[in-house]
Amino acid sequence: MFAKLYDWIDERLNVTPIWRDIADYDVPAHVNPANKMSAFVYCFGGLTFLIIVTQILSGMFLAMYYVPDIVNAYKSVDYITNDVLLGNIVRGMHFWGASLVIIMMFLHMLRVFFTGSYKAPRELNWIVGVLIFLVVMAFGFTGYLLPWDQKAYWATAVGTNIAATVPIIGPYIRTLLVGGDTLGALTLTRFFAIHVFFLPAFLMILLAAHFYMIRKQGISGPL
Amino acid sequence: MREEGVRPRQSGELTRRQFLTYALGGTGAFIGASILAPLVAFSLDPLRKTTGARFVEVGGVGDFHEDLPKQIHFKVTRTDGWIQGEATMTAWVIRKGRDILAMSPRCTHLGCQVNGTVDAAGNPVPSTDGEWWFHCPCHGGRYTKYGINDPATPPQRPLDVYEVKVDNGKVLLGPIHQRTV
Repeated sequence: MFAKLYDWIDERLNVTPIWRDIADYDVPAHVNPANKMSAFVYCFGGLTFLIIVTQILSGMFLAMYYVPDIVNAYKSVDYITNDVLLGNIVRGMHFWGASLVIIMMFLHMLRVFFTGSYKAPRELNWIVGVLIFLVVMAFGFTGYLLPWDQKAYWATAVGTNIAATVPIIGPYIRTLLVGGDTLGALTLTRFFAIHVFFLPAFLMILLAAHFYMIRKQGISGPL
Repeated sequence: MREEGVRPRQSGELTRRQFLTYALGGTGAFIGASILAPLVAFSLDPLRKTTGARFVEVGGVGDFHEDLPKQIHFKVTRTDGWIQGEATMTAWVIRKGRDILAMSPRCTHLGCQVNGTVDAAGNPVPSTDGEWWFHCPCHGGRYTKYGINDPATPPQRPLDVYEVKVDNGKVLLGPIHQRTV
């Protein structure tokens, strides 16, 4: 049935060449763990992406129950954790996945560093990778506040005060992050908006550039 | 020329490429399903929650009359996610012989609040519109004092009724049902 549906679409839009371009890529021998097991280190980037996709999905579902407001945020997170079917699993996916993204991203970066893959002509992709790193750290910082519990509140108090120590512009950065001079209602809505609207948009643009460049330039050669 | 000892492939037999495609697709589908399954269950949670309306005492049998319905308000506790609140419910209650009929004021057309025929003080008075006692302000739906709809107006079924229990002369109202008549 699916084959017929696919043929029907393909006859009209000729989609086969589009996905063939993406999917038919010969993985170089030195990157294939089937040839040499240690080549699994080349999987770290793809694994980071798999976890990012899981984060996006679990985040979308959590947003069905979460409320970014100082009265309801904690209660809604408590409701998710204790009352919703598999709520602790879904929250757990997002919670543990957040740490896992950072771990996998760091391992991926180490692999790129130790194989020298950042060297010419791939410097630009390294730079985009560093931007992705910063965006992911910002995801972690803004997401940490959202449960609105003691740990979230004081971690953000510390984080925004660290930002305030930047010479000259520090206090202004803190005011903009906090959304005023009190860490409260405005901070929570701000962090929520950044976490679920702004950062995902930046991340998707950067990831698209990252993947386009790796396909355009190919995986770097063996050591 | 075929190699010695290699069995010729029969038609319909799986090729190595097909086998690998299925194996890879199966593994991918398994990983995808293990990620998606808890998420889908999570979003289906409202289906397993029940409203669980309890019976609330709204007065004695003697408080209600056979001639005209009387409007009553009563409070029920309602759970809305993590919020426990009290909701005020309204019912029009009339006696019909030994039975007590407690009608919801929700028009069965599109859910507006129907008005009973009352005087300025809110006391029920006989209708000036023949047998039609309840009138809906939205699309002119009308009902008799027993909540039976006028088929010539938009509502196509009678007003819904509360489940009624009479216990020791006290009237208790429960969940709202459509009439099965």
